[in-house]
Amino acid sequence: METLTYFLPQVWFAILALFLFLYVLLDGFDLGVGILSLTASSEERRGILMTSLGNVWDANETWLVLMGGALFGAFPLAYATILNALYIPIWAMIFGFIFRAVAFEFREHSQQKLLWNLAFGAGSFLAALGQGFALGGVLAGIAVDDQGHFVGSTLDCFSLPSLLVALTLIQGYVLIGSTYLIMRTAGTLQDTHYKTAKLAAWTTLLGAIAITVITPFFYDYARDRLFSQPLIYIFAIIPVLGILLVWQLLRSLDQRREATPFVWSILLFLLTFLGLALIVFPYIIPTQVTIYQAAAAPSSLVFMLVFIGFLIPIMLAYNIYQYVVFRGKVVTSQYGD
Amino acid sequence: MEIWSDTVILSRLQFALTSIFHMLWPVITTGLGIYLVIIEGLWLKTRNPDYYYHARFWAKLYVLNFGIGVASGLPMEFEFGTNWAPFSEATGDFFGSILGFEGAMAFMLEAGFLGIMLFGWNRVPPIIHYLATIMVAFGANLSTFWILVANSWMQTPSGGSLVEGKFIVQDYFQAILNPAMIDSVAHMFLATLETSLFVIGGISAWYILGQRGDRLTAFFGQSLKIALATLVVVAPLQVYIGHTSAEQVYQHQPSKLAAIEARWDTVAAGETAPWSMMALPNAKAETNDWELNIPQGLGYILEFKAELSEPVLGLKAFEPQDRPPMIGLIFYCFRIMAGIGFFFVGLMGLTVVQWLRGKLAAAHLGQQTWLLRAWVLAAPLGYVAVETGWTVREVGRQPWIVYGLIRTSDAASPLPASNVLVSLVLFTLVYSVLLVATLYFGSRILREGPNLDLPLPTGDRADLAATPGEFLPDQRPVETQN
Ligand code: HDD
Ligand code: HEM
Ligand code: HEM
Repeated sequence: METLTYFLPQVWFAILALFLFLYVLLDGFDLGVGILSLTASSEERRGILMTSLGNVWDANETWLVLMGGALFGAFPLAYATILNALYIPIWAMIFGFIFRAVAFEFREHSQQKLLWNLAFGAGSFLAALGQGFALGGVLAGIAVDDQGHFVGSTLDCFSLPSLLVALTLIQGYVLIGSTYLIMRTAGTLQDTHYKTAKLAAWTTLLGAIAITVITPFFYDYARDRLFSQPLIYIFAIIPVLGILLVWQLLRSLDQRREATPFVWSILLFLLTFLGLALIVFPYIIPTQVTIYQAAAAPSSLVFMLVFIGFLIPIMLAYNIYQYVVFRGKVVTSQYGD
Repeated sequence: MEIWSDTVILSRLQFALTSIFHMLWPVITTGLGIYLVIIEGLWLKTRNPDYYYHARFWAKLYVLNFGIGVASGLPMEFEFGTNWAPFSEATGDFFGSILGFEGAMAFMLEAGFLGIMLFGWNRVPPIIHYLATIMVAFGANLSTFWILVANSWMQTPSGGSLVEGKFIVQDYFQAILNPAMIDSVAHMFLATLETSLFVIGGISAWYILGQRGDRLTAFFGQSLKIALATLVVVAPLQVYIGHTSAEQVYQHQPSKLAAIEARWDTVAAGETAPWSMMALPNAKAETNDWELNIPQGLGYILEFKAELSEPVLGLKAFEPQDRPPMIGLIFYCFRIMAGIGFFFVGLMGLTVVQWLRGKLAAAHLGQQTWLLRAWVLAAPLGYVAVETGWTVREVGRQPWIVYGLIRTSDAASPLPASNVLVSLVLFTLVYSVLLVATLYFGSRILREGPNLDLPLPTGDRADLAATPGEFLPDQRPVETQN
């Protein structure tokens, strides 16, 4: 029993981390393409960008829905407190999603595309911004009482460090979105995205360095964690690996590789993600609530594991199948011009 | 006004608004999903091109609704945490798991195959495409199942108990199989199907009335008849399941039943009581100011006989703070829904009679003006029944968020009212725009009508597999290049 109360929450922490990672990766390029569409120079180009997402945007977003449901079931206290505290960024994100989701449907039928182009681009930007502030808010810590209930202000998540996190996240999305488009487009459109990818690689790197430098100053717990034995060795390797990856990424862009830039971006995301998970674990609300305190009863966690756990490989399989069916370059836009 | 500074009321308004709006879209996508499975099955079996054109045409309406269904479903997934944090914490062990299942089993399935269903006609073999269509419909219905499990558990919580304010589950299967579950799932499943079938029938009737030539009349006569044939089973069954739902409320949520019937005084077992068709409830005076009654009706409605075998509790049997609010709203919403249920059965019956008399054959169909007009009129009524039905269910559950266990007033997040007010206003604005835009674009799709010149999917899939390179440059299935 004793081991179960530790083991099960850890399993669910890992599953949620997987869902979140898949979400950030997949909707990351999705939102990134959306943000890039704001700079697209012609209606046809915008059409191609949206076509490259037409069959996957819904599936990508669904990872977030899944993450939300699983968090609710596995760590009810965390679901309640975090969402309560992040009221403003969460709704900003949701409204962003609403705008971009309906843009997919309406733009196709509309003769006045301007409005829906804007809904798509600005919606993507708003959603990414909301996510950035939400992440910043969680990292900064949420004010709770001894029961773990939120007692702070809904404005707490707006601070200088979380602004920095939000901007860097947006850069990261633009980066992975650009490398996705390098894969899915050809000709001059592809050239454009070699350029945006390069630019975004630099700005993401700058943002990451800035965050790494300021984190220990602003967040005490992170400092303690970073400099504790034996984690310090891991945390010392992460920046080195990160710079190595960026270097590889830039090289592959210069060599005009098609798929490898995307792969390097994925690895970059993975590395950042692991770093954050290591800083946060075993807290789910940093330094206030651990995963053990927030977890549902062991019987609940087992129940969910039975019904959701075995579906994970199946879900992955048909999602991958869908990507395989629609692989290749997008040359014409499916949405009317 | 104090409403605007009361977080609980604002959060309730926001929840009501977002769910009433969200509900409009899944209703049609779940029901239409099943219809698309039927149509594509007919196409694969008969190879009659018209079935293929049907599949493509109705799928256009499907996508339009799907996007808004997703856009309006997302807020719901997070709203429990943002606005109902104490509720989420107290019930998460069960309620949260169910939402997790919905995501993993239902939404993922639907999303994972949707792309193939919509854009994959020329990219995968027909059988895989059909499988994708089935999976999308199955996923949507599974999501209805799980969300209704969650909601019926809020109506009739079982399988555990509250311990220090947190619901501890002893038996998950008992909680899933709570008393209201079977009826609610069946009633909702039929509701989505029935609403969609009347929408399909209504749109078909509208085209036929428009006299757009024999070709289109025959084409839409086909979809009208498929809808009608399915409704022969669905419409009467819905009235029956509605009746069993009411019985279940009678047994498990007596305060809701009292509100549905606007009954103030308890009727003892063995007695008869009238059933009010109309009434003017007066909560202050604890009586109805006026009513229009059918003598002995209540017994017949609940048990098919005059004398009630169990007592029907009146509202006065509950403390004022335990009674549902807005009795009049619950009372009339119920009657509107049930009235629509009977109207549907009548319209279906009348049309079947005409069908048997041969009046629906292509040559005569266009002359059935009145019947066709009635079908056009019926198209939006399913939505009305769904929304009024939910109002009965949810307002009737008040003042509880989990019936008998947790009060709604204890379940709202402690948020500044200003935050909720802003999100509520934004939702109202954005959703109004979305509703207008969908109606506008939907009517544009209808005016364009089906494309009966699409090239059929060719049997050249072997080529596509052998030299995929040739087909890759263009993402579009060839026949949508219009
Ligand atoms: C096409 C839609 C439709 C139609 C024709 C009907 N209903 Fe209904 N009804 C619903 C759609 C609906 C619904 C929207 O689906 C509800 C709300 C939640 C639920 O489970 O079903 C519902 C709820 C609902 C409830 C409340 C259940 C509860 O609170 O737990 C009762 C008592 C009935 N219905 C009874 C009837 C009767 C007696 C009908 C016909 C004579 C009828 N309904 C027709
Ligand atoms: C989609 C169709 C639905 C509609 C039209 C609907 C309608 C409503 C309405 C009108 C209210 C306000 C009641 C009041 O405050 O007097 C409400 C409240 C609520 N409903 Fe529903 N509802 C729907 C589905 C659901 C489902 C499926 C769930 C749970 C899984 C749910 C959970 C709630 C909760 C938590 C509240 C807020 C607390 C409360 O006021 O009781 N609803 N809904
Ligand atoms: C009030 C509680 C509800 C919540 C929390 C909720 C949540 C959601 C979410 C998050 C989505 C988007 C999923 C995606 O990304 O694919 C969605 C869509 C959907 N919802 Fe709801 N929903 C609720 C009520 C209902 C009800 C009562 C039904 C039953 C008919 C329903 C059926 C669906 C379906 C079928 C979809 C798929 C999208 C579509 O077909 O339009 N939902 N819902």
